[in-house]
Amino acid sequence: MIQEILGSQLGLSICIICLGLAVILTADAYCIYFERKVSAWMQDRYGPNRVGPLGLLQPLADGIKFILKEEFIPARADKILFYIAPALGVIIALVGFVILPIGGRVHWSWMPEGTTLLAQGASVDIGVLYLLAVGSLTVYGVVLGGWASNNKYAFYGAMRSAAQMLSYEVPLGLALMTLILTMGQLRLEGIVTGQIDSAWNAFLHPVAFLIMLITALAETNRAPFDLAEAEQELIGGYHTEYSSMKFAQFFLAEYTHMITASGLLTALFLGGYEVLPFSRLLAGVNGLSWLYWISTSVSPWAMVLRMAVFCGKISFFIFVMMWLRWTLVRFRFDQLMRLSWKALVPIGMAIVVVQGVLLYFGRPISWISTAAEIGILVIAAMISLLSGKPITGRQLSLVEDDEHAIRPSKTPVTV
Amino acid sequence: MTSLAQSAGSLSPGFGPILFLLIVALGLAAAIMLISHIPFKLRRTGRVKETTYESGMPPIGDARRRFNVRFYLVAMLFLLFDVELVFMYPWAVVFFRTAKTGASTDWAIPFIGNAGLTGFLFAEMAVFFAILLIGYVYAWRKGVFRWE
Repeated sequence: MIQEILGSQLGLSICIICLGLAVILTADAYCIYFERKVSAWMQDRYGPNRVGPLGLLQPLADGIKFILKEEFIPARADKILFYIAPALGVIIALVGFVILPIGGRVHWSWMPEGTTLLAQGASVDIGVLYLLAVGSLTVYGVVLGGWASNNKYAFYGAMRSAAQMLSYEVPLGLALMTLILTMGQLRLEGIVTGQIDSAWNAFLHPVAFLIMLITALAETNRAPFDLAEAEQELIGGYHTEYSSMKFAQFFLAEYTHMITASGLLTALFLGGYEVLPFSRLLAGVNGLSWLYWISTSVSPWAMVLRMAVFCGKISFFIFVMMWLRWTLVRFRFDQLMRLSWKALVPIGMAIVVVQGVLLYFGRPISWISTAAEIGILVIAAMISLLSGKPITGRQLSLVEDDEHAIRPSKTPVTV
Repeated sequence: MTSLAQSAGSLSPGFGPILFLLIVALGLAAAIMLISHIPFKLRRTGRVKETTYESGMPPIGDARRRFNVRFYLVAMLFLLFDVELVFMYPWAVVFFRTAKTGASTDWAIPFIGNAGLTGFLFAEMAVFFAILLIGYVYAWRKGVFRWE
């Protein structure tokens, strides 16, 4: 029975989905714990340490508290939308992870010789597009939440968040476009095996990787892009009026998005489940052939190791996100919009053009796209330095002689 | 790897598992909703408590008032760019194949034939991209990206 389920593709997929859901829901709770621990370490505090050893039962206590807290709905709120918004956020967040290529191909010992199964939730032709589509639905949960609350702070938070997510989706799409022009497919597991055969996309497309890293932070509403919930300006932003499990649902959605975004970064740019880059070349080195074995073997043990490697890379990215949160200050809204439309979009367009032209000429040298992208970055840096207007500083009003216009300060504000 | 991939029994899972996950996620979201509606919770309400929290000030007017027109501009620009990007994704896949093999084996365009297909695809997208670029520069010069 178990052999039959594991031996069929649909059965294996559903098993992996159920396992993935359980892991993600637990990981969400522990992400909040680690968020608090990491912030405590960075600020020389202890962090949560009362509930259980090292405070490890803190997520459980938080969960019980969330359930027992009073459910509050403001009188003038739109009741139906108020209920729908957090649920929508959670649903959209949870359907994203399914196409991440976490396991590669596996062959069980009871299966006929030479047959393999794909150890991942779902495999679709349009993998990258699917993640983009699901990712852009995120904005609905936030906007509906802000709109339904009928609270001015929540409303402004939702508007900001919508503008931010829409703006950062454009450079994200452009950065992914360069990847498609290199890999020639949208299937995520194909992109991962392509990277194992050649090199990680982070080396081939350093600029696209940077853009993707920045937009991943913006799309998940993480610091320094957490304007939607800027505590000092907007109280809680779009979830000001939410309490009890509805509030918890927004957090669940946010942390699930962090996991999915990290998984996407891992699969697209950091070789997915490959342990170290260039393991195909390293396989020739004595004592390192296991690196390539993990990446390509169909044995179940290799699959488990691959999943572990993938999860390890996701954890690394989540740590980086927490690290950035306590290192960088939050952007001002005009800086945020300018960073997207005046810096990331033109650079993204430039790398797409360069990749298209290189592909037209058959991409003669393997490292040429790396060199071209670094060249674009240098040119962009030169332009922004020589133009004398820092991208983060205040700009002149359109109406130059307006006495209320904000003048740029002598020392430009840089973030 | 490819020989294994093409062998029998390795049918790729399509959208079926995604539908399964969607249903599970719906159930999960509903369950989370219901779990906080346990009956013995203390509930007290009043006129003041039911107002929205705006830093202790009595809320004045409705929150859904007019907001800055720039948000609409951003939404329109996003639509412009995103629809073009969606068009570019299939182009990128087809262009990759024709550029690698020299010509498409699946189909050919009338009057151009197979030989010049790579050049044709490249030129088409170049024109398309140029129009997008003009729109982008226009928006920039119009000051759409200026936020103060």
